[in-house]
Amino acid sequence: MKNKIILSVLVLFFTFCFIVLYKGLNNSNIYVPETKIEKTLIKFNSTDLYSENKISSDQIFVGSEYYVLNIWASWCVPCRAEHPKLIKLSENKSIKLIGLNYRDNPKNAKKFINEFGDPYFMIIKDNQGIISVDLGAIGVPETFIIDKDKKIIKRFLGSLTEKSLNEINLITK
Amino acid sequence: MLAHQIGYYSLILGFFFSILIIPVSIKNFSNKNKVINNKVFSISFFQFFFVLVSFSGLILSFVNSDFGNETVFNNSHTTKPLLYKISGTWGNHEGSLLLWLLVLTLFIFIFLIKSNSQPKKYRILTLLFQQVIIIGFFLFLLKTSNPFNYFFPVPKEGLGLNPILQDPALAIHPPILYLGYVGSSIIFSSSLAAVVEKHISNVWAKHIKFWIFVSWIFLTFGIMLGSIWAYYELGWGGFWFWDPVENVSLMPWFCLTALLHCILVLEKKSMLSSWTIILSIATFMLSMSGTFLVRSGILNSVHTFANDPERGIFILIFLFILILFSLVIFFVFHKENDQKIVKINWLSKEASILFNNWFLMYFLSVVLIGTVYPIFLEVLSSKKISVGPPFYYKLIIPFLIPFLFFMSIGPNLNWIKSEIKKIKIQIVLSFAVSLLISFVILNQIGFVGLINSILILVTFYLFFITIKDFFLKKFKNYSQIFSHFGFSLLILSILFNSILSSEKIINLKVGEEFSFREETIIFESIESIKNKNYKSIVGNFKIKDKQNNFLQLKPELRIYNQPVMITSEADIKTTLYYDKFLVMNLVKDYEYFNVRYQVKPFMIWIWISTVILVIGGFLSLFQRSYEK
Repeated sequence: MKNKIILSVLVLFFTFCFIVLYKGLNNSNIYVPETKIEKTLIKFNSTDLYSENKISSDQIFVGSEYYVLNIWASWCVPCRAEHPKLIKLSENKSIKLIGLNYRDNPKNAKKFINEFGDPYFMIIKDNQGIISVDLGAIGVPETFIIDKDKKIIKRFLGSLTEKSLNEINLITK
Repeated sequence: MLAHQIGYYSLILGFFFSILIIPVSIKNFSNKNKVINNKVFSISFFQFFFVLVSFSGLILSFVNSDFGNETVFNNSHTTKPLLYKISGTWGNHEGSLLLWLLVLTLFIFIFLIKSNSQPKKYRILTLLFQQVIIIGFFLFLLKTSNPFNYFFPVPKEGLGLNPILQDPALAIHPPILYLGYVGSSIIFSSSLAAVVEKHISNVWAKHIKFWIFVSWIFLTFGIMLGSIWAYYELGWGGFWFWDPVENVSLMPWFCLTALLHCILVLEKKSMLSSWTIILSIATFMLSMSGTFLVRSGILNSVHTFANDPERGIFILIFLFILILFSLVIFFVFHKENDQKIVKINWLSKEASILFNNWFLMYFLSVVLIGTVYPIFLEVLSSKKISVGPPFYYKLIIPFLIPFLFFMSIGPNLNWIKSEIKKIKIQIVLSFAVSLLISFVILNQIGFVGLINSILILVTFYLFFITIKDFFLKKFKNYSQIFSHFGFSLLILSILFNSILSSEKIINLKVGEEFSFREETIIFESIESIKNKNYKSIVGNFKIKDKQNNFLQLKPELRIYNQPVMITSEADIKTTLYYDKFLVMNLVKDYEYFNVRYQVKPFMIWIWISTVILVIGGFLSLFQRSYEK
């Protein structure tokens, strides 16, 4: 009898632990470094992927309420999974979606865009990876949301998800 | 490409064999033969063999930089040195799970061969329980974390491995730790099998002792390697940070240490059988929870970057099924023999072991609560907190005092009962000696607080008692003497290290100098050096002491290409008395450097004493029986 009571108490206790841990998993902690958020965008120079024209950051970030800067590469596998999300995001007219092509071969990059579609307003090159490092990027893909004062207001590490799309649409409403 | 294919298909073959074992051994379980059928041995061997082939396939893919393999692509790079290409195999989630599986299948095979003096039914049952765990891991691996995902077109270059992980101590740290974790799975299955078969006895204790000691040795050694890595590589100047990922390896260690003492009582006196079973179950459950906490991304730690919640859910469900399963087995089958309940005299060896088991359980719960409390709090009230070192210090340090005291006198008491009158004069004398020594030392270094003073006293007591035992005791148990001596040395080094450490943090330009205590530190120059996969900036520092002796220290900043990351490598000069530790960081523009200089006494003794502790465990493997 005593054993049965102990057993049921233990089972209840572990069930409780299970439920808490299960819930804990769902608000999963993806570690996002706090730095660089709410910081002004650095100034940089780059070239356009298609026209090969030199262009500075001041010329890129003009004329819109919000900008989304997406770092991608044709060799990056998660970018392929992310791409349809970007296409969907490009339907949002209040943002300018800018692609930063990270350490890539221009031919492969163009092939990638031909194959999967072009969601970007403009694609600029980051051959040496210097712009991405200056931005404080950690990996590819990575996405920054920038407002009209050139402040970085949000960043997403890794592929964009349905959730992050909603978040972006909410911010830029 | 070929290695990849072979690896993948042998993993599936291995899974097939792990299923096949079950019907074959059940058939063998119910027949009248007294020995295990050879078929079982060969299937178990093939299971191990195919996992081994699969693991080698993954290693080869890493060595050949086959970036078509997703795991290789995500964790390797052509410019990485060969050693770290290989260690990259288990430096990531998928590969480390394959290593778990490899050790699991190896250990059950060794168990089958080594246990032939035990009853057949017990052995087969252990095998079956172990297979449940193995199949669970196979499913987990194949379903959520397949190390052999291939994609096309094959990328030219990989994404690299975290440069912090490119360190020799860390290259072998996970495999050693896993040997400890997985060893505890054998203890788990065999204790459940022994409960079902009513085989919990001193015969069983004698046989399972080997596995307990082996797991304990690997676990202790693995924790030490992790801590060495943190000290040399993270560049924070400490060796233990109470980070959740570290705590997770410490928790099974407390359990296993308690179990190791219980099994000795069970072997000699046929007592504490419930303790033994519960600790066997708990040790493995804590090892599994460790995997869950580290791998699921539920903990807020840098180690858990971008995770897949599906994996977490799988381990969580698997873990709780195992917990419920073992609880039911324990409560249904385990009946403590009522007639045999013996009253334990408080002044006996078994009593002090029992006391210290309670203390170990207390330490375990402190660490457990400190680790999981933030998770529970976040779910229940969505507050984010983190539990820092002061919490652990406050709750653990005072209770180390009685713990060390029982550790000192316990081995000098008899089994069953000791007479107070017969307590030897040497024990009292050792106490007087330690009182004197700690008084002299405290006089030298100044008052360090009441609790620290008493702690120094009891640690010295343990220290002198083990030395006395080594030279004077009639029946020497070298294993116990070595490990208790190592433990006292460990606590002493940690205590004096933390009391006497000193540091200075300052921003410096090249050519400047600063003085610290009786030394002058001169920042002479910097140079930059190009290496295969990183660029480094080396600072040249000279340290001049009172007698005008010079010491060169060269801390380094490394800028890795893949992924881009800056790490600081401390330069550490180690002597038997102290470590001099210098690390620098970039402030900005490469003009000013943030320099941290630390003098840490007795640092190397922390590692030496842990090695002595491990040697103590190792000796027990060769010790037949020590006293009646």
